[in-house]
Amino acid sequence: MSQVSVKTKNRLSSRIQDIKPSGIRRFFDLASSMDNIISLGVGEPDFTTPWNIREASISSMERGFTAYSANAGVLELRQEITKYMDQRFEVDYNPETEVLVTVGASEAIDIGCRAILDPGDEVIIVEPGFVSYAPLVSMAGGVPVSVGTKIEDDFKVSAEQIRAVLTEKTKALMISFPNNPTGAVMLKEDLQEIATLAEEHDLIVFSDEIYAELSYDHKHVSFAALDGMKERTILISGFSKAFAMTGWRLGFVMAPPDLLAAMLKLHQYSLMCAPTMAQYGALEALKSGMDDVERMTQSYKQRRGFFVESFAEMGLACHMPGGAFYAFPSIKATGLSSEEFAEKLLYEEHVAVVPGDIFGAGGEGHIRCSYATSMENLQEATKRMNRFVSKYL
Amino acid sequence: MTEKELEILRIIEEDARIDYNTLAKMTNISEEEIQTILKKLEKMKVILNYSAVVDWSKVPQAEQVTAMIDVKVTPKRGVGFDEVAERIYRFSEVQALYLMSGAYDLQVVIEGKTMQEIARFVSEKLSSIDSVISTTTHFQLKKYKHDGIIFEEGEEDRRIVVTP
Repeated sequence: MSQVSVKTKNRLSSRIQDIKPSGIRRFFDLASSMDNIISLGVGEPDFTTPWNIREASISSMERGFTAYSANAGVLELRQEITKYMDQRFEVDYNPETEVLVTVGASEAIDIGCRAILDPGDEVIIVEPGFVSYAPLVSMAGGVPVSVGTKIEDDFKVSAEQIRAVLTEKTKALMISFPNNPTGAVMLKEDLQEIATLAEEHDLIVFSDEIYAELSYDHKHVSFAALDGMKERTILISGFSKAFAMTGWRLGFVMAPPDLLAAMLKLHQYSLMCAPTMAQYGALEALKSGMDDVERMTQSYKQRRGFFVESFAEMGLACHMPGGAFYAFPSIKATGLSSEEFAEKLLYEEHVAVVPGDIFGAGGEGHIRCSYATSMENLQEATKRMNRFVSKYL
Repeated sequence: MTEKELEILRIIEEDARIDYNTLAKMTNISEEEIQTILKKLEKMKVILNYSAVVDWSKVPQAEQVTAMIDVKVTPKRGVGFDEVAERIYRFSEVQALYLMSGAYDLQVVIEGKTMQEIARFVSEKLSSIDSVISTTTHFQLKKYKHDGIIFEEGEEDRRIVVTP
């Protein structure tokens, strides 16, 4: 420890000091220090962005579309987004007043939290979940309250579980299905009881539907499509997962005009607008990218089939993930903690997975394995994991 | 054709060497049923062959020349395109043959060891067929993409190892 540490500490806000660095980061450093690893730790598609999308973006630059766009995003893109969301998920939004193009879905979560939270307001977060939710709530001055889902329930959340942690200060609920890291999906009847509860307690619901297109067994149901829910939903999605556009940093948020106007205020002061060339790529994605989405989704589905079955052969319990590209098997039978399992697997077999505890309540005892990698990698990785697990069973 | 058959076809078109066990897990169809489906598709001649895509330009002792030849044909009484086509595709040098719409009628893809060999095929075998009225020969200079596969593929996995 250096001598200046006390002084440095004082330079930082107490709010930021209270936030723990992401557990993903630590594991990333560990995995990056090793050669020849097979990584099942990547939270993004293994496809490169389809060429027509890349080409459209290159062409927009060639034609000189390099200036700021409207704060809310290129209007034509917002119109295509509303059309697409209506056709795919039966939600009806006004492109002029209810859509905002953001720098990734992460920005949408951030400005959504900052738009609605006063100090001390509580946000119930369904976990295991994306690593950014709780820190973003805290940074906005709110208090994250977790609810853990379980493998026995296929990692679905019930109204009863949420009701148990409701207080007078509960302002909002954060859900994300299909889920990262569990791959869980919620069917219409599952969501309906959450909707009833949101109505009863006047909650705002953040519904992060970034993995909506990657639903394999049932058509995705948007929370905003349920009766009466549009008025209280902040619907978040983006291009990263379905169109393999993670590095483009392009997402969007849809919400009733009062909420959207508040988010737009934050967005315009902190970011001005999402990158214009990325927006033109996204426009092409919506206009003619659906065949590629279907091709990629089909490929994930096949890999899911192969991968999930191999856990049964290893002797690890794994629920069938209905969406996203993650399997979230239980490693409790090995007697190891999530961290121990992931670390040993990395050192002994050179396979990188992410320890489940990083994703919050309910994650301990599980590991997140992404099957967004080649069949060849999946076959080799399952062989190595099998060898590893058999030492403990 | 059933959904299952279609799915299997799409997978083996990409990777014909995939084993039954993996294919079964990917599709949630039993190994036995997969074998039955494949046998049926072979019998129907929907699946004709399980071959590899080879970049012969990387094999020094196997240098070869490929040409695409546009052929104009006058079908005669009793001799339609199919009959002329058959006379052409029976030559073992012919790799592919298509009936085309547009400026010419048949497109012949032919492989030979040298340009001379191809020239000889065109002048002695192809042009001498009664119904053939003209040929235009184009030699391939470089193969960039064949059967959906890019030959000089440079797009490796550029993702960082662990991300949220």
